[in-house]
Order: sequence, then C-alpha cells, then structure tokens
Amino acid sequence: MNDNTTPYITLRNVNFSYELEEGVKLSALKNINLDIYKGEFVAVLGHNGSGKSTLAKLLNMILTPDSGTIIVDGKDITSKDMTEDDVFDVRRHVGMVFQNPDNQLVATIVEEDIAFGCENLGIPPKEIRQRVDDALKTVGMTEFARHEPHQLSGGQKQRIAIAGIIAMLPDTIIFDESTAMLDPAGRDEVMKTISSLNRDRGITVLHITHNMSEAIEADRVIVINDGEVYMDGTPAEVFSQVEKLKSVGLDVPQVTELIWRLKKLGCPVSADALSPEAAAEALLPLLKV
Amino acid sequence: MLKEITLGQFFPGSSPLHKTDPRAKIILTLIYIVGIFTAKNVFAFLFVILFTLFLVAISKIPLKIILKGMKPIIYVIAFTAVINIFWTKGETPLFEFGIIRVYPEGLKFAGLMIIRIIALLAGTGVVLTYTTSPIALTDGLERLLAPLKKLKMPVHEFSMMMTIALRFIPTLIEETDKIMSAQKARGADFSQGSLINRAKALIPVMIPLFVSAFRRADDLAVAMECRCYRGDIGRTRMTELHMKPLDWLMVLVFMIFIAGIILLNIFAPGFSI
Ligand SMILES: Nc1ncnc2c1ncn2[C@@H]1O[C@H](COP(=O)(O)OP(=O)(O)O)[C@@H](O)[C@H]1O
Ligand SMILES: [Mg+2]
Repeated sequence: MNDNTTPYITLRNVNFSYELEEGVKLSALKNINLDIYKGEFVAVLGHNGSGKSTLAKLLNMILTPDSGTIIVDGKDITSKDMTEDDVFDVRRHVGMVFQNPDNQLVATIVEEDIAFGCENLGIPPKEIRQRVDDALKTVGMTEFARHEPHQLSGGQKQRIAIAGIIAMLPDTIIFDESTAMLDPAGRDEVMKTISSLNRDRGITVLHITHNMSEAIEADRVIVINDGEVYMDGTPAEVFSQVEKLKSVGLDVPQVTELIWRLKKLGCPVSADALSPEAAAEALLPLLKV
Repeated sequence: MLKEITLGQFFPGSSPLHKTDPRAKIILTLIYIVGIFTAKNVFAFLFVILFTLFLVAISKIPLKIILKGMKPIIYVIAFTAVINIFWTKGETPLFEFGIIRVYPEGLKFAGLMIIRIIALLAGTGVVLTYTTSPIALTDGLERLLAPLKKLKMPVHEFSMMMTIALRFIPTLIEETDKIMSAQKARGADFSQGSLINRAKALIPVMIPLFVSAFRRADDLAVAMECRCYRGDIGRTRMTELHMKPLDWLMVLVFMIFIAGIILLNIFAPGFSI
C-alpha cells in the first residue's frame, strides 16, 4: 500500500523511560529507529511489557521522549517550539483506540460520544453532525446512533470508539490491542472495520496485537522486544524466522508452526505458509507421494 | 439482579413535556415551586391542584409510577403532618389527650402541607425528573449556568463529571454484579448473617471494584486526551438547544399558572387559608 517514498512517521534514536520514583528510572524504549509510510498497515507484536503501548503514546504526544526525534507528517513533534495547538493537531492526525472498549467512551449516547472529539476541536455543529453520521455509516452502526453504550456488545462498543476517532478525520490510527478483549465475533467485526479503513480510506494503521492471524493481514510486521525493534519486515519475512521469534517467547501463526515442525522432522515441505490455504497447498504434494 | 436498577426516575416517552427543552423545564420547575408556595386561599389552592393534574395528564406518566415514586418519602410526609398537627396552636382544641392538644388549625395545616408536598413531588416529577433523561438534565443545567463560567465557576467541569458518572454507573453496576457472583462462587454470603457480617462480606466486593474504577479513570483520562479534550477551551457542541414553539407554549402555560395564582390570591381574599 505504501506508494509514498517519504515516511509519514519517522523515529530517530528515540529513548523513553518512566520515572518510577525520585531518581529511579525504567527504560521502556531504547534507541528506536522506524519509518512508517502513509497508507501502510503495520502490525506491532511483542510480549507484555515490551514497550508497545509506550511507543504508541509517543506518536500522539501523550508521552514525550527523553531523547531522539519523532517526525509526524513532516513536523518535528519533539521540537521545543511545539505550541499547545500543535499538540492537539498531532492528536487529531494520529488517533488512538484502546483495549478496553468501556474505558474510552465518554458520553451516555452513542452519537454524542462520537461527536466528543470533534466538539473538543471546536468544529461547527452542522459539520460535526455530518461527520458523526459519516463515521456511524463507516463502522456500520447507524441504527445504534441513539443507543446507550452499555446496551452494546464489546465489538460494537469498539466500533463506536473507532467512529469517534474517524470523525476527527485522522491520517493514522493506532489500535492498542483493540481486539484483545473481544470475543471471536467482535474481533472479526473490528478487524473488518480496521482493514476497510486502511484499504478504502488510505488510513495508516498501526495495529498492536497478540493475535498472529491478525498480524498476517498486515503489510508489515514490527516486533518489539525489551524496548527495542527486534524484527521488522513483511509477515512472510518475519514469520519465516520461527526460531528467532520463539527465542523471545512469541508465537507464530499455527499453520506456520505446523510447517516449521514438519520441516524440522525432515519432511520435504517446500514453502513457508502464513494462511491455511497456503499451508494446504504446501502440504498437498506430500499427500500425493 | 442489580441490572434492574434504573437511573434516576426517567420514564422515556414522547409527551409534550418530554419534548420540551431541558433548560426551559428547569426554569419552569422553579416557577411551579414558587407557585405552589404562593397560593394563599382555597381557590388558588384548587388551581394548583388542577394545574398539577393537568401536568400529570399531559406527561402521560402512569399514575402508578408517580405514586410509587412517592413511597420512599411517605415517612417524611407523615412526620411533617404529625409535627403540624401537634405543634400548631389554635384557640379551641378539637380534643385533648393529656398534654397533647389537637387544634382544628393543626389539622388544616397538616392537610395543606400534605397536599403541597404531594403536588410538589408530582409536579416537579412530571415536569423534570420523569420526563428528562439525566443526561439532558445535566446538559440543560450546564447551558443554563454557562454565564457563571465568566465568574470562574467550574460549570463545564461539573457537567463533565456528571456525564462521566452517568456513563459509568451501568458499567460499574455490571461489574459489581460480576464480582459478587465470583465471590459467591467462592462461598461468600451476602444475604444472611448479622448486618456487620453482611457488610464484611461486601469488603471483598468493594476493593476490586475500587481498584478497577481507578484503572478505568486512568484509561479514560488518556483516551480523552487522545481525543483532544482540554476542558472547555474552544469547545463546540454538536447539538445546540433552540427554543421551539412548543417550548414557548410551555412557558406561556406556566405564565398563565403564576398569573392565575396571583389573581386568585388578590381577588378571592375571603377564603384565605
Ligand atoms: N505509567 C507507567 N509507569 C511506570 N512504568 C510503566 C508505565 N507504563 C508502562 N510501564 C512499564 O514500561 C514497560 C513497557 O510497558 P508498555 O509500553 O505498556 O508495554 P506493552 O504495551 O508492550 O505491554 C513495562 O515494563 C511497564 O511495566
Ligand atoms: Mg500495552
């Protein structure tokens, strides 16, 4: 999907640490260098506490790095002359959807929650109405406009959270484990919404996930380990290095695992497989022998 | 079990009172309360009762609901009545019972008080609490009090707090339910034993609930920041409230109510109470 040659988001030598108490620091990200292009669908993997959420929060200025440079849409957001308005501009362009759908909805009525971000931006009422209606349509929740959030399923709530971000017309949306708390049906709904945003609207997606079948849908997979970029490449490139992933305690997609084990046992399987279909194709010749 | 708790007394519907602008309804409620307490004679009093019945009728709130809403304060009403009966002094006692003397004035006062309280509850109920959702109420209040922002009163902040509280009450109730089930599965007993024991059984419910509420608050704060929230600065609203013809009609109705009471007070002085 990346037809641009200049990166949309650039991180150079970015370091970040949390101050646990006076003088005690926990280094959460170490010397991160990354380029993310407009329209890319990037999956971010890494075990708990590896620094994924911290990375996400650096990109929309919820956190500021200790050192290093972050450039978003040509603007150095780590520079000293960022005004408060600039900060809100960055947050408008880089939206974020979190894990727990309950903890990110503010209003008691669906459409008013979707309007919340636009209201904060000071957009005129008529235009907010328009954007909210569009956003509702995009996530397929139009008929729920006047519902209360607690009447909705997890997947539906998460789609409302997404709509609230879309209404702000962002270029990039970061999903921080947004599918982790959902049941398979909800996960499916949300993944469909995410891919259609990426495909049809050209929105750059950073999808933090533990689910490997979601990761293989991405254009690119970044693996974070211990606050560092551990691997970065296409799903095929990353998941073919099964041993390297396993050494940091990460799984690979089930079919990839199957093929890898067969290979290890000496079966003459030719290809690496990410999808069940590809695996079937790779295994078919074996059955014919 | 806890899910049946409804928020406030809002009774959804589409009556004219439901459709009236919440700002107007807040003001009209105040006018109504003033009206009840300025009625000074029998005719004005009857007028108040008729007007209240009229409000109940147009609100289409079932009488049963309104009566049920009064149940909790039946004791307050009874208490006020008793105080009025025994403490009001008149000229000739109706009957004596030791040191207790009951005068006809006392009975009249108690009767009037009961009617006033019932009218007050029914009237404010159908104008405001039964026909206005808590969120519309909060919203109306914020907009009505907006001028106070200039005096650095945290009007917006207060309304935001209310909104978030309303948003999270169902979530926390659901969570309480879950935690209680989990504790029950571990053998906790919330329905038996002494009051102290029952209260003790609630501690393992309250602690996880509080911990989770704080985590939610933390998450929500970050999510709000991500959605460019910075208080009231430069904030617009999607829905603007405009006074519609219906709202002005309601204002007119209440004006007639107040005018009626004043006129009856002046022109029927003989029946003063
Ligand atoms: N608010 C915080 N204060 C202190 N330490 C934190 C805070 N948030 C995260 N950390 C620590 O920073 C590291 C990275 O956390 P995080 O970015 O949340 O990881 P991930 O999202 O990959 O699970 C972890 O060791 C975590 O304990
Ligand atoms: Mg995280």
